[in-house]
Amino acid sequence: MGDDSAGEPLGRADPSGRSRYDQARYVRNGVYEPLLVEKDRTCVEIDDSPLPEDLTRDDLELPDPSEPELVRHYTRLSQMIYGIDSGPYPLGSCTMKYNPKFTEDVAALPSALVHPARSADSIQGTLEVLARLQDLLGRIGGMDAVTLQPPAGAAGEFVGIRVAAAYHEHNGEGDRSEVMIPESAHGTNFATAALGGYDVVSLPNDEDGRVDLEALEAALSEDTAALMLTNPNTLGLFERDIERIAEMVHDAGGLLYYDGANLNALLGRARPGDMGFDVMHYNVHKTFATPHGGGGPGAGPVGVVSELAPFLPEPRVREADGGYELFSPEHSIGHVHGYQGNWLVLVKAFAYIARLGDGGLADSSAKAVLNANYLASQIEYDVPYGPFHHEFVASAGEQDAADVAKRMLDYGVHPPTTKWPEIVSEALMTEPTEIESKETLDQLAAAFNAVAEDGDEVLEAAPERTTARRIDQTSAARNPRLSWHALEDE
Amino acid sequence: MNGLQASGSPYAPHTGETLEAMLDAVEADTVEALFDVPEAVRYDGEYGIDARTERETRRLVRSILERNDDLTELLGRGHYGYYVPSVVDHLADRSEFLTSYTQYQPESSQGFLQALFEYQSLLVELTGLEVANCSMYDAASALGEAATLAKRVRTASGHRVFVPELLSEGRRSTLENYVAGTDLTVETYACADGTVDLEALERTLDEETVMVYAENPTIRGTIEERLRKIGAVAADADALFVLGTDPIALSLLQKPADIGADVVVGDASVLGLPASYGMGLGLFATRESYLRQVPGRLVGASEDATGRRAFTLTLQTREQHIRRERATSNICTNQAWVALRTAIHAAALGPDGMIELAKRSVTRAESLAERVDALVGAKAPVHDRRHFREFVAHVDQPAKAIADDLERDGFAVHVVGEHELQICVAGVRDVELEAFVDALEGVL
Ligand SMILES: Cc1ncc(COP(=O)(O)O)c(C=O)c1O
Repeated sequence: MGDDSAGEPLGRADPSGRSRYDQARYVRNGVYEPLLVEKDRTCVEIDDSPLPEDLTRDDLELPDPSEPELVRHYTRLSQMIYGIDSGPYPLGSCTMKYNPKFTEDVAALPSALVHPARSADSIQGTLEVLARLQDLLGRIGGMDAVTLQPPAGAAGEFVGIRVAAAYHEHNGEGDRSEVMIPESAHGTNFATAALGGYDVVSLPNDEDGRVDLEALEAALSEDTAALMLTNPNTLGLFERDIERIAEMVHDAGGLLYYDGANLNALLGRARPGDMGFDVMHYNVHKTFATPHGGGGPGAGPVGVVSELAPFLPEPRVREADGGYELFSPEHSIGHVHGYQGNWLVLVKAFAYIARLGDGGLADSSAKAVLNANYLASQIEYDVPYGPFHHEFVASAGEQDAADVAKRMLDYGVHPPTTKWPEIVSEALMTEPTEIESKETLDQLAAAFNAVAEDGDEVLEAAPERTTARRIDQTSAARNPRLSWHALEDE
Repeated sequence: MNGLQASGSPYAPHTGETLEAMLDAVEADTVEALFDVPEAVRYDGEYGIDARTERETRRLVRSILERNDDLTELLGRGHYGYYVPSVVDHLADRSEFLTSYTQYQPESSQGFLQALFEYQSLLVELTGLEVANCSMYDAASALGEAATLAKRVRTASGHRVFVPELLSEGRRSTLENYVAGTDLTVETYACADGTVDLEALERTLDEETVMVYAENPTIRGTIEERLRKIGAVAADADALFVLGTDPIALSLLQKPADIGADVVVGDASVLGLPASYGMGLGLFATRESYLRQVPGRLVGASEDATGRRAFTLTLQTREQHIRRERATSNICTNQAWVALRTAIHAAALGPDGMIELAKRSVTRAESLAERVDALVGAKAPVHDRRHFREFVAHVDQPAKAIADDLERDGFAVHVVGEHELQICVAGVRDVELEAFVDALEGVL
């Protein structure tokens, strides 16, 4: 290491108390940047209405900034946000990889902006993008048919669960009432199964952190509709017994669902279809680099084996007579979205996959896995389970993982996901993705290691260098103030 | 080779030297050795996807999308292509907005939380209801969530959800999927002349009814004139009254709180997104009394350790990551960035601009209907109602043939009946409307 600063956390205060990292902060009258409505608002009465008075509202009171004021307001707000473009963002399970800029330009093409009710003949381009993306995802997942309609991962899970229900119903087995989910799975799996009307059977992990085959065997029955699995699981571990698991679930008459949140570990190495999964979702806002946008929009396409294709949502896209058309699968579950999902996200995903190709995709996984392993090797926190792939779950030990996260913010990096999965106490679920260089990983490791030495007092006082200091969650929940109206009522 | 592809990811910054150092550190000879994937399920094949340069990729997508015909869209029925000012794109595309995740670390994401708080506030002002979440996927899924909320807040038993017979297929079918796992059943009530048939509705509702859904404007563009009565009928049956609408309509039409709405759903991206092939933003607002049953994320105000006001996601015990199978919804990733766009667009318009846009949605639809009506072979509007941004026109010839002819002339309209077209003015410029009337006259 030639450079002295390598291995120093970005924002670590030097002995004189100066810091190299401070997030932007605009303090005015006791707030960080006033609300627009506090700067400037107008109450406009409705008059000269083309409608009779009893069909209209009386007035509308809203902020009324000039365009320059508006631009400054939102520019300041943007500066009070940490994004992937700000620095490392190793948020486990979220695959916060760089979102290539050119995909924004592709999605902004005027020809991309069409109405969903257009005739198929007049939007052959849009349908071709959709058909090609379906095909690419099918190849990547080893699936026979793909729908692009679900607008997020959880919506994809919902499609999977509804497809499973329709399939069992179709086979006269509609009374299968249970969905099995490992204890360490993501919350959406449980919530989705419940939304679909299923009883959730939560499976313990074995001591290696993987599905406990005996517990699975004991839980499977003629009531089993499906098993939902993430692979690698949320500890980053590959479910080595996947073939056996698939056999057991299938023998019981259930379907095997793949939660695609962790697909970034397997590109070019393994495909859910080959492992025996019947239905899966892809998180394109994770694996295929579409921006998370502060929480969404994403897209959660669903792939299925051919036996389940007749149940997919309608409409679907297919090639026909040298062109493309929409059609309804024979036993379709109907719609899960008003139209065809988050089109602008899908077109970005298509561009990303087309840019990377086989080599780029496989290399992404290779480097994502190498980065996770390298980072884990450089931190002092214990990583109880392995061998892991694109992510690892460290334990903060005696420290509170949530405090550790707050303190990491002071070092100019985004912290890992905390306190989940619960199988690791004080979990620090860490996923650096392929986009970080060794130098950045060293900085991240230095941040982890610096925090590992911090005492309780320091941890509890953190963060200090972010826009806001530690926020009082209890009073936010106890006295919910959810709009500017609520603030004014005080 | 150490297992790393020659044609690697253009976004992974590793050099040969650092790769070797990293492999050394993890005590692996190759990257492949790090994959704990049993031989039997290893994938040795190729996807067969060629890598491209950025420039080639842009060309590829552009050349495919160029196969879309460039038509003037007079299309609506739930998805609208209003003009979106440049300032919306430029601000929303600032990369901190675009590339951040959900605000689970509020101290370092105050800016986005405040933007979402301002979005929620916008909806509170427009609806008059006290609580708005910071987004559902779209109008259809928001409707589905409203039904499950109705089920949860209802004290008496009951299972019937009523929707108008005039409802988009996408919304109705999505709702059916959302309730498929419950004992709720979706049934329709009759419409008369494009709006709710109030007498029929009154006859239909009973004590088993948990929810009544109506839209204003309706899918046929008509303005519902008896909303207060519909609200009263629903209240009499002890059912939740759910209203479907959108922020532009709400800038002028009756405030939902004033007509007894318990929940408001709809597509808020009429502000913020151009026509986006159906991508939307699920609006969801409700009364404070149902706060603990609200689906999705909520941003609230609190204080930080310095005593300054600060924002945070709140009441998260409703959500799937905490409550799992007992969560109010399975939603996680939502449409936050679209909500940001909507808030910016609304602020760019200001209240005057929003009201003006709404008024023009009425007057322009009305005047286009008059001009269509004046043509030989057409009558408009079909419904003897007031209209918002769109209306149904009768044509003497088969509507499909007329629509095909119009498409050849560069215009897209809806075919909604054998002799019925639906025509929408949203986002269409005056000169384009002129040209459309001429084209329609030519093909009638
Ligand atoms: C393992 C796992 N499954 C499912 C999901 C849900 O996906 P989405 O947020 O796109 O709905 C997530 C998202 O964080 C996840 O990490």
